[in-house]
Amino acid sequence: MESNWLSRLKDLNQERIVLVVAVLIFATASVALPGFFSAPNLISIVRSISVLGILALGMSVVVIGRGIDLSMVAIMAMSVAWYLQLLGDGMADHTALLLVFAGVLAIGLLNGFLVAYADVPAIFVTLASGSFVFGYVRSQLISSDAVPVPEGHWIAMLGGLRFASIPIEVFLFAILSGAMFLFLRYTKWGRYVYYAGDNPIAARNVGMPVRPMLVLRYVVSALTAFTAGLLTAASLHSINTRVVNSTLLYDIVLVTVIGGIGLSGGKGGVRNVLVGAALIGIMLNAMTIVDIPLLYQNLIKSTILLLAIIMDGLLNPRDEQTAQQGDI
Amino acid sequence: MKMIRTFLTAAAMSAATLTAVPAVAQDPGPMTYSEALSGKRVLLVPMAMGFDLAQGWAAILEHEVTAFGGVFETRDPNWSVEAGAQAITEAISSEVKPDVLIVMSPDMNSYSKLLKRAQKAGIYVILVDNPANFKPDAYVGSDWTQLGRLEAEAAIEGCGEGSSGQIGLVQGDQVNATSLFQYAGIMDVLSANPAFEVVAKPDSNWDATTSRNVTTTMLQQHPDICAVIDFWDGDASGAAAAIRDAGMQDQVFLVTTGGGEQAADCDMIENGTYGAVVMTNLAQETYNMVTLVKYLLQSGQAPGTSSPYIYTLLDATTKDDLKPDSCWDLKALQAMNGN
Repeated sequence: MESNWLSRLKDLNQERIVLVVAVLIFATASVALPGFFSAPNLISIVRSISVLGILALGMSVVVIGRGIDLSMVAIMAMSVAWYLQLLGDGMADHTALLLVFAGVLAIGLLNGFLVAYADVPAIFVTLASGSFVFGYVRSQLISSDAVPVPEGHWIAMLGGLRFASIPIEVFLFAILSGAMFLFLRYTKWGRYVYYAGDNPIAARNVGMPVRPMLVLRYVVSALTAFTAGLLTAASLHSINTRVVNSTLLYDIVLVTVIGGIGLSGGKGGVRNVLVGAALIGIMLNAMTIVDIPLLYQNLIKSTILLLAIIMDGLLNPRDEQTAQQGDI
Repeated sequence: MKMIRTFLTAAAMSAATLTAVPAVAQDPGPMTYSEALSGKRVLLVPMAMGFDLAQGWAAILEHEVTAFGGVFETRDPNWSVEAGAQAITEAISSEVKPDVLIVMSPDMNSYSKLLKRAQKAGIYVILVDNPANFKPDAYVGSDWTQLGRLEAEAAIEGCGEGSSGQIGLVQGDQVNATSLFQYAGIMDVLSANPAFEVVAKPDSNWDATTSRNVTTTMLQQHPDICAVIDFWDGDASGAAAAIRDAGMQDQVFLVTTGGGEQAADCDMIENGTYGAVVMTNLAQETYNMVTLVKYLLQSGQAPGTSSPYIYTLLDATTKDDLKPDSCWDLKALQAMNGN
């Protein structure tokens, strides 16, 4: 009986721990906080993490393949800022969109090329390309930190779009999650991501196109970032490039890894992203309802996250078999 | 008799004027002015160069400093406290030191010691917009407590008689003086108006998406809120989005504060996004800086001698009192310097 209980406990990997914590907070908040367990509030929780979740989906593909993309927030904000600036300067919509899309694609390709073919560590490549994107767009292409969406533009309409009073970004998050799930689980290249992340050299030796796939992953993350940026602008009717200096990038990495996607690659999936995003969303929402000041919110958030990681470390200790070369 | 005297006086006066003309041409002013000012270096270090206020300050300062033969420079820390500190440190230890340092401090304490060192090195320090725990040669900017009071008054007026009296705040953070003093000013007014109360006061951390999320929650928890005060127009677009999404534009009066730039503030009042904006008169504020620069450089006083507060007059502007010149236009200001 006791051993049964113990083995059950051993089953608790990081994903399940985070899920349990999220459910616990959710249950407590539903009982203790009036208005927490109501349809509008639940929708607003999901909505508040939709853009973050979409970014984390892009990040997770890269991380599972044993990489990291630190240029995502810069791409997200600067591509849309540039697009809105072009529109404000009177360029035709399709030309502007095409131009910006090409720019995003180019940065994704550049990231991928440098990592895959020039063998520069992803962390340096994307850190540098993120700074480059921010610096170049901010100094050469746009005139101020915040760029408004032109009056009556489709992006502003998109932000007001609702189905069954649920905002459009929630659906997009769901659709992209589904697409990502299908890609990772059922396509050949999706499975290759895991093999390449788990052991790139072996993957290459058995004949997988490891390098082109690497490039593809950075293109995917760049395009997801662009989508997230469009959704942000849609909701706020402007984009503030100041977000590049915020903690958003860390939040993306956090949502990605807290649900159990290892930074060393080869494990995890969409479900882990959803669990991680749910925990963050529920926690922030509950703390806002209680009206906890920001300083304490950060403290509470980081404490819970640390606890989850420590518990995972205790229950699933690393040994020579589970540890991998290249663990961060 | 009286007429003759008047005539004589007039004649005498005109004679005196005629003989005095050549001597008047020697005004000592321009000489003193140019000796004290030409070649002097003025360095502006705002929190970032990329937002409306900083760009407005820089445009007018550049115009004026260049006109008196000085050198005007800016540094762009791009919202990084460390980068700002580095810029100031470099300025103090550089070969050609600036003569006047105009700094927008990110919080109460970060730059205090550095700025004291600057004064010791013989540099006049003018603090702009954000107060700090340090005695500058002048503080130019808003009285943030008063700004908070004006916001609260605008919110009360926006709510009107017989309203729920519930006001929600979207604060910035808990370290920036502008946020802390704004809060104090708001509470000051509300304590004198017991019919109104603050029902929630989350922080946005100056981020628009966070502002939207917390305002959404706030409106759901307190559906009777009649006004929201967001502490900066840089993130109030988020609070506005939350109100718009909730379909509560007619019920919730949004008050915020900003630099009074046309696209950032007046256009938003015009289209109903903001109910009222407490605006800084940017041109006046910058010319106050210009005056102080000119004064300090001619005063002969050592840096740190006096520490006056030069507050800029603040106004809460609503759609009803919006005038064509209520705001300033960044593009027009930049055109002034041919940029």
